[in-house]
Amino acid sequence: MYSRLTKALGAATFGSALALTAAATPALAQEPQYGGELRLVVGSDIPSYDAHIESTFGMIHPIRPFYSLLIRVNPDNPSSPTDFVCDLCVGGVPEPTNGGKTYTFKIREGVKFHDGTPLTSADIKATFDKLAFPPEGIASNRKAYFKMVESVEAPDATTVVFNLSFPSGTFIPSVAMPFNFIYAKKDLDEHGYTWHQTNVNGSGPFKFVEHVQGSHVKGVKNPDYYHEGMPYLDGFMSIIAPKMSVRLQAIRGGQADIEFRGFPPKARDDLVSALGDDIVVQESDWNCVLIVTPNHEVKPFDDPRVRRALSLALDRQGGSEYLSKIAIVKTVGGIGFPGHPLSSTPEYLEKNIAGYGRDLEANRAEARRLLKEAGHENLKFTLHNRGVDQPYKVVGTWAIDQWKQIGADVEQWVQPSSPFYATLQKQKNFDVSLDFNCQAVVNPIADISKFLPSGGANYSNFEDAELEQIYVDLLKAETFDEQKGLFQRYEKRVLDDLASQFITLWWYKINPYRSYVHGWKIAPSHYLNQSLENIWIDAAERKRQLGG
Amino acid sequence: MATLETQPRSNRDAMGRRGIVDWTLRMARRQPLGFAGGIIVLLMVLMAVFADFLAPFDPEAADFTSMLVGPGAVSDMSGATFWLGTDQFGRDLFSRIIYGARTALTVGFTCAILGSTLGMLLGVASAYFGGYFDLIVQRIIDVFMAFPLIIMALAIVAIFGTGTDKVIIAITIPFIPRCARIVRSSALAIREMPYIDAARSIGYGHMRIIVRHIAPNVVAPFLIMLTAFLGEAILLEASLSYLGLGVQEPTPAWGLMLQGGAEEYAESAPWVPVFPGLAITIAVFGFNLFGDAVRDALDPKLRSQ
Repeated sequence: MYSRLTKALGAATFGSALALTAAATPALAQEPQYGGELRLVVGSDIPSYDAHIESTFGMIHPIRPFYSLLIRVNPDNPSSPTDFVCDLCVGGVPEPTNGGKTYTFKIREGVKFHDGTPLTSADIKATFDKLAFPPEGIASNRKAYFKMVESVEAPDATTVVFNLSFPSGTFIPSVAMPFNFIYAKKDLDEHGYTWHQTNVNGSGPFKFVEHVQGSHVKGVKNPDYYHEGMPYLDGFMSIIAPKMSVRLQAIRGGQADIEFRGFPPKARDDLVSALGDDIVVQESDWNCVLIVTPNHEVKPFDDPRVRRALSLALDRQGGSEYLSKIAIVKTVGGIGFPGHPLSSTPEYLEKNIAGYGRDLEANRAEARRLLKEAGHENLKFTLHNRGVDQPYKVVGTWAIDQWKQIGADVEQWVQPSSPFYATLQKQKNFDVSLDFNCQAVVNPIADISKFLPSGGANYSNFEDAELEQIYVDLLKAETFDEQKGLFQRYEKRVLDDLASQFITLWWYKINPYRSYVHGWKIAPSHYLNQSLENIWIDAAERKRQLGG
Repeated sequence: MATLETQPRSNRDAMGRRGIVDWTLRMARRQPLGFAGGIIVLLMVLMAVFADFLAPFDPEAADFTSMLVGPGAVSDMSGATFWLGTDQFGRDLFSRIIYGARTALTVGFTCAILGSTLGMLLGVASAYFGGYFDLIVQRIIDVFMAFPLIIMALAIVAIFGTGTDKVIIAITIPFIPRCARIVRSSALAIREMPYIDAARSIGYGHMRIIVRHIAPNVVAPFLIMLTAFLGEAILLEASLSYLGLGVQEPTPAWGLMLQGGAEEYAESAPWVPVFPGLAITIAVFGFNLFGDAVRDALDPKLRSQ
């Protein structure tokens, strides 16, 4: 449903984005070469190997190459939010039947897990049952994405049928999420649902060799891989390096070839300046946004005038211009991924949403008036932030400066990631916090559930029946126009009427890497296109650059 | 003395001034390094106290039209000069370094005074009471001293969280056992002095004996520890802030300035990490020289030499 409605519009809108990406992509005229080991640097350790419970690139980047998906974002066109292709299924992504409520996938034959077990539809069913209907006490971070799934059936070894309770445009993008690793039913049955947290047995392009905690993950080519001719590499080494300077110097010094999450602009400029043509850069809008989350249970943030004033104080256009020079943020947008057909245009936002108008003085005068009216002319509060430089602390420092312009006195309280989330989720003892909404597959209707009080990941501590109803209507909307109208109503409710949360800037992905690495295309998410199967190395060029 | 009292006020003032000058010159000759350290400390104190008048810019005000401009550039907005350039938010480094002295000294003096005072009381009490009390206190001190200062401070920050007040707690706690151990060794000898027995025999309470009769006699090691702690506290605060666990943006603090600039801008805008780094180096150097001079002055063996 979703793909039919938006495919054409999506293709048109993203044409320009594709063109930009293509312009930055090295020429692909060369024939891919086999052999070599890719050395990637990852800025995070691995919390567990189980993608069904993790949401971090620290797991995806080193572990995704060991696994397969049922369907995936097209690795040759990853910047499109509507171009999905089969991975373990055959043919194209199926069109729904039964009024949009049934999807039937034909499964590829002859696929084997790395331990030699044949992969059948029973494994797909077991995987999606675990994702959508996890047993009591078993976590699934994707459960909410499969709310529409009523049941999964495997009528024969090569067929999987998904029965939905209602037609949903978010189903296919949800299935294509890179976290939906296909596990062997045998492993789940014999070892239990937590076995994959510490063990790897996939059917992906590379086989697991070793993981040395805090050091690296090593994989070697899977000779039985089912996509013909792939992978090109003999193997890969994922080097764990939490500090950005180490990752940067690793690429600069020839100790690593690529980093997939992204560097800030200054790092890109330093690399390009130092290595010239030996470095290639791909850039893209990023399906990640930093959100300001006021705690509605703490006074005066229960007052919409105060929240609105804080949103009005932010100079988003100026922030985009200046912060994009020092941080991985750039794009001004609403709640939906900028440029997606469902998302609001900059012109619409400027006219309809508080804080997006270009008359900054008028915005701030209104903010001061609102604070005065609310009795908080000398507002003093603490901004809770995550102890990660890019882009959290940079944007946090910028926001504090912006709020100072309307007379607010703001201190920053920074916590490392674990306690940061404990504060948001359990202790709830913050005034205003920065939070993020990072998604994999661009799926705006699912992505904006972040702003829903009942969404499970909203830390503003409020309730709003009207917002909930708009979202329910949006999930069931059948035409694009209906979806678009409801999307805008939802956005206005969140950002303008309630100012329950508000947007700072969308992230911008910058990937500089060694020019002998070929075949990888940037996606609007650091979670996507990470199977490494399409990457190849120009051995002669590598030798020229690194010697040896 | 009587003669002095009969002299006119102007004469006395002149003699007093001359006395200070003489003493200063004498100190400069006898302890040239300590004197230099004292000058640095004095300058830092003056910088911290008069930061509002000395700093040409608001240290927290971002000027995005002047991001990462080099030393000597002029602000488009105010026309004032960025003597040491600006950071990635366009904030004046000179002003932030001046205000950073305030943060450094606040943390340094508070931690040093609290840590050494509490350590002195604990050390004296431990020596005075002896027995099981001393045994237990010393074993606890052993546990604390088994950890390097920075590790202990990191652990405490992990418990209490970040921010200036938390940093003060995190630095003060590891100072206490270090001072207590040193002071105890002096206090053990004083405890055996006849005048302590005399004080006991005439019925003085423990608190009175500790505070009025033993503590004043361990002032020398106390002052040595206090001055040594000053430099150490500044360095620890800078280290914690550099690790992102200390003072937080936008508060001007030298370690934090390094943290924000060292990694990304060391090459393209070297003034961003260099000047705060220099400020830390000079301050710690100054406090250490000053501390050494105080130690030399208070140590009878060194003094006699």
